[in-house]
Order: sequence, then structure tokens, then C-alpha cells
Amino acid sequence: MQSALLQIEKLSVKAGEKTILENLDLTIHPGELHVLMGPNGAGKSTLAASIMGDPRYTVTGGAIRLEGEDITGSSADVRAKKGIFLSFQTPEEIPGITLENFLRTSIRAVTGKPLKVIAFGKELKRQMEALDMDPDYAGRYLNVGFSGGEKKKAEILQLLMLRPKLALLDETDSGLDVDAVRVVSKGIRAYHNENNALLIITHNAKILEGLDVDYVHVLEGRKIVRTGGPELISEITRGGFGTVSPERGS
Amino acid sequence: MGEKTHVEEIDRSRYDFRYEVDADFQTDAGLTPEIVARISEEKHDPQWMAEFRQRSLTIYNELELPRWGPSIEGLNMDNIVTYVRPKTTMQGSWDQVPEDIKNTFERLGIPQAERAALAGVGAQYDSEVVYHNLQEEVAAQGVIYTDLESALTGPYAGMIRDHFMQLVPPTDHKFAALHGAVWSGGSFVYVPPGVSVEIPLQSYFRMNAPGAGQFEHTLIIVDENAYLHFIEGCSAPKYNVANLHAGCVEIYVGKGSRVRYSTIENWSRNMYNLNTKRAVVEEDGTIEWVSGSFGSHTSCLYPMSILKGAGARMEFTGITFAGNGQELDTGAQVVHLGKDTSSHIVTKSIARDGGVSNFRSGVTVTKTAEGSRSSVSCESLMLDDRSRSDTIPVMDIRTDQVDVGHEARIGRISEESIFYLMSRGLSEEDARALIVGGFAEPIAKELPLEYAVEMNNLIHLEMQGATS
Repeated sequence: MQSALLQIEKLSVKAGEKTILENLDLTIHPGELHVLMGPNGAGKSTLAASIMGDPRYTVTGGAIRLEGEDITGSSADVRAKKGIFLSFQTPEEIPGITLENFLRTSIRAVTGKPLKVIAFGKELKRQMEALDMDPDYAGRYLNVGFSGGEKKKAEILQLLMLRPKLALLDETDSGLDVDAVRVVSKGIRAYHNENNALLIITHNAKILEGLDVDYVHVLEGRKIVRTGGPELISEITRGGFGTVSPERGS
Repeated sequence: MGEKTHVEEIDRSRYDFRYEVDADFQTDAGLTPEIVARISEEKHDPQWMAEFRQRSLTIYNELELPRWGPSIEGLNMDNIVTYVRPKTTMQGSWDQVPEDIKNTFERLGIPQAERAALAGVGAQYDSEVVYHNLQEEVAAQGVIYTDLESALTGPYAGMIRDHFMQLVPPTDHKFAALHGAVWSGGSFVYVPPGVSVEIPLQSYFRMNAPGAGQFEHTLIIVDENAYLHFIEGCSAPKYNVANLHAGCVEIYVGKGSRVRYSTIENWSRNMYNLNTKRAVVEEDGTIEWVSGSFGSHTSCLYPMSILKGAGARMEFTGITFAGNGQELDTGAQVVHLGKDTSSHIVTKSIARDGGVSNFRSGVTVTKTAEGSRSSVSCESLMLDDRSRSDTIPVMDIRTDQVDVGHEARIGRISEESIFYLMSRGLSEEDARALIVGGFAEPIAKELPLEYAVEMNNLIHLEMQGATS
């Protein structure tokens, strides 16, 4: 068996005084696609943000390891350089820097190498076409005045340009119309290969159509209460979390 | 320490270097009729100018310090040397400029910029202009660009006498009176009717002597249907004593003409920058100000545009960045006199590390200015809780037939934005610099390219250690 890409052990996380996650375990191997579901407010976004190193959350116990290395105390930029990426539920608007310039800055920062300008330009054009994005967006300020759908596409564009080892997608499909969800799914397929892995947070089975889901986790009551295969998705879609959560079901 | 980033690669020494003061002549510190007379004598003033100086000194002694704005208690006029003449006369070739002075301007990139992107350059070192040159093709169109002293006795003597300190009279305020008494150096520009100076002219003012004052006078007269872009730059090395800059800029924009006046000010942190700038705009003329204030200990700078002719326009685009120990009080003023005149003021101010960055605007619309429009927009960004930024708008509207708008926003950098950028690999420092740079971008794109680069460098320089 291949060694784990991400290993979370007994993770406890607080936001202020409030405990959000407690003794949570999760292991992700290269090549895998994990789906994280659960009721609103269960802590799904907190988990993704904690893996990325959001300073608004405090880890009060446990450890997060990437390729065996403890990154529990590392800042977000260090984690990004090690290969973690988070697609935000609400991407920030940053005036004054264009999407294209931001991508250059980010690629340079993550790789620590100078950018191959021509190759970058070609790749950007190709990926924007694949995501059905108007090329004008490359020259617009990052997310400023973008519609909800364009913001999410811009997140997937960053994913495709940065090619991280581990992608955390926090409700990338929320608020998108059917066509946009299909485009996002296509982007995820284009990104995914045997060397990288995904953790997709979603309420909606639509985004998972056409994706090879390996594991589905249900987060409820501060921890993962159930893990299964793709069959869990249809179970939840039909009957809600009540049918899959052992605490409620029993 | 962390990895080396572009932030750390900025060379601080670019502005903060100094040479031994090797003056040919300098006055005693302080301000007396004898000192002012001595300046007149040294500068071979015409009689009217010698009298003008003495009259200004009298006014200076009668006027009180302004009762508003930043404190200027640290400035003691008795300690300021008002006139320091470098050991050279004005040259038309850099080869003739003494080594130290030439090196100074080379380190500031002036001769290089002249070769690359400027039609003419003036360079002042302490109290006197040491270099002035204008491209032959531009001169052949009848454009005059020279130091004010030689213009005082040349064929334009009458024009200077008719315009000098008519827009900013010595009675305007105490430091205008001071300027009238001890002014030295600066530039005179005349653009004849119908002439468009396509490539900018630039004057650079460098102060090298500690405890001194610089009082250059820039007089720009653009005749009808003409165009000029004038760039002003200034800097000084840091000393432990107060230095004073009380320059004056007067711009006459003729009927149907357009003048763009760009400034990047980066005085050292011991400088009191009490500068006065004013333009009068005739019918269908346009004045555009682009202003970046980064340096000095204390600044008071509010360029005024008088929209005299019908249809006259002004645009003001400014950015002010105040760091530790700085109080930068900047803004813009406009007086609408003519019908259908318009003004558009957009400013950004940034305060960090205990700095104070205030924005003042003054919009006056007189009864005669029917059909005029004015919009003022000011955005401030405070980078921490110790810094301050206030907006002080004043409006005096005397007619109903106007469209006047004001908008002010004060903000902070959100932690969410920082986290978002860090999740894309940027260090916290770079993330903050990127956000601040982005905030300033709409101003930067108004600047000539090399100045936009300089401004970005200054922002990165200012942002160093901002995250500690």
C-alpha cells in the first residue's frame, strides 16, 4: 500500500471558545477522491480551513501530516508550497491585481522558481477555454465583480494552473447553475490523476456525476460518523443524513 | 529568517545617501532683512525682485502660523539655513556637473530617464539649479524650459514679472510669504500656442545640506491650445535635524490647453514639506494633477485649481502613504468660477505603523459657476490599530445649478483576504504588500511607467516589517 498523502489524527479544533471538531481522523492516499458530506454547521468547512492552516481556527489537539511531515503548526503559505490547495466557498475579491498576474505570482510563490512565460500563457488560454471562461477575465481584477459562477470557475482555474498534490474543494458547486456545475466537474476530472487527491465538500450529488468517488464521509457532531463508498451518496440524496448517521438512525 | 522575496531586494540606499556639504556660499541660519538682502545680492536680483523679497519678509513676520493641520512645532526657523549654493553654476551637460552632484542624480536615475523618456530635465541641488537641458526639437517649437533665475533677466523677464506669485501671493499664508522672501531655483516653462510637448519635462529637486530649506519656484505658462506633461521629483538623505521644503508651483493653463502635473515626493523623514501648488484654467482648458506623497516628517499639500473659464476641467489623482512618525496631511482644492466647469478628485491614503494620513478637500462653487459638476472620492486603508486616517471634506456651494458628490471610505485589510492569498503560497508580508499595491493600483496606472515602478518599490519598502 502506498503511504498516505494526508493523515489526520485525533484532530480537535476550536473557533474562539467553541469546539468545532473533536478527535477527528481522516487518511487520504494519492489518487483518491474523497467526498465530505454532512448537515449545515457540522464543521466541514472548518476541517478544510484547518487543513489549509486558517489562523482563525485553533488546533487544540491531534496532528495533521502531509506525506508524513507534521504541518499542524505551519502557516498557510508553507502548506501551499508543500502542495495543499483550498478552493474557497466564498473566494475573496482582491482589487488591483489581475487574475492573470495573480496566477503568475502564485505559481512563482508555490514553485519557488521563475515562471516560463510563454508556456504559462498557452496553458492559461487552454484552461480558460476548457472552463468556458471569457478570456477577458484574465485581465480583470481577481474576483472583483465576478458572478458567483465565475468566481468558482476562477478557483478551479487556479487549481488547474497550480496543480497541487491535495485539493480541498469547499462547496465549489454551491450557487452554480447546471451548466456551470458540469464545467466544474470537468475541471476536476482534468486535474485528478493517480498522484494527487481530492477532498470535495458538497451538498449536491450533481458535481460528483462522472467522477470516480472512492470514499464518502459523513461529518456530524464534531467527527466523522460514517465512511463508505459512492453508494452512500445516493443513500443520503434519498433519505438525508438521518438515514446514514448512526446516532440519529439508532 | 524566511526565504528571500522581492520585498527584501529593494535597495534602501537609493534615496538615503549623502555627500559632504561643500557649499560655495550659504547664509547664516535664521531669517532677517539682512539675510534676505544677502540672498538678493548673491542671486543678482532685479530691483523689483529684491523689493518683492523684503515685502514678503514683512508679510511673513506679520502672519501667524495656521491654526489647523499637523503640528509644526519641531520646525524652528531660527535654525534653518535658507540658502545653500552648491559649488557650480548651471550646466547644459552632465559632464560639466561636479562629480558628487552628478553621482547623486545618477543614483536617482535622472540622466538615464532623460535619455530614455524625457524631452527636458532640470536638476536642482540644494538652492540652485545645477543642470538644465531641453531637446533641440522641442526648443525649436518655441518651448522655453529653463531655471527661473536666468528667465528673470532674459526675453521673458516681463512675463515672469506679470505672473510670479500672482496665483499664490505672499499674503496667502505664512509659508507662501516665506517662499516669497527666500525662494531660489526652480523652473520656468513656456509653451507657445498650438504646441504640444509630446514627451514630458522633468525637474528633480534634491536637498543634500542638513538643517537647510529648499524654496524652489516652478512657473508654468501654457498658452492656448497647447499640451504639456511636467514631472516633479524630490528626495533628500535623512538627517537628525529638521529640514524645510516650502516650494511653490504656479501653473497657467490657457484656453483649450491641457497640462498634466505629476509628482512623486519622497523626502526624508526629517523634512517639513509645506508646499503650495496652484493652477488657473481658462476656457475649455484642463489641469490634471497626479500626486504621490510618501516621504517627509510632516506634509501639508493641497494643490488648488481655479477653474476660471467656461468648460474648464480639473482631475486630481493622489496617493499618500504615512508610516511611523509621519503625519501627512494632503488633499486637493478646487474653485469653480466659470460655467459648466468640472472637477474630479480621487485619492487613496494609507497609514501604517502609527502613521497619520489625513485627506482634506475643499470644493468651492461660486454663483457664476452654473452647470458645474464636482465629485470627490477618498478611500483610506489603515494597516493596524495604531495608525490614523481622517477625511475632512469642506464644500461651499453658492448656486443650485450644480451636481456635487462626495464619497469617503475607510477600511482595513481583512484577515480573510490575507488567508486567501497565503493559501496560494504568498507569505503574509507579500500578501499584505499585494493588497496595498492593489489598493494603490488605480493611482499607479496614472503615473509615467518608471514612476509607477518607483511607487511600487516605495510601497514594498514601506511594507517591510509591516507584519512583525
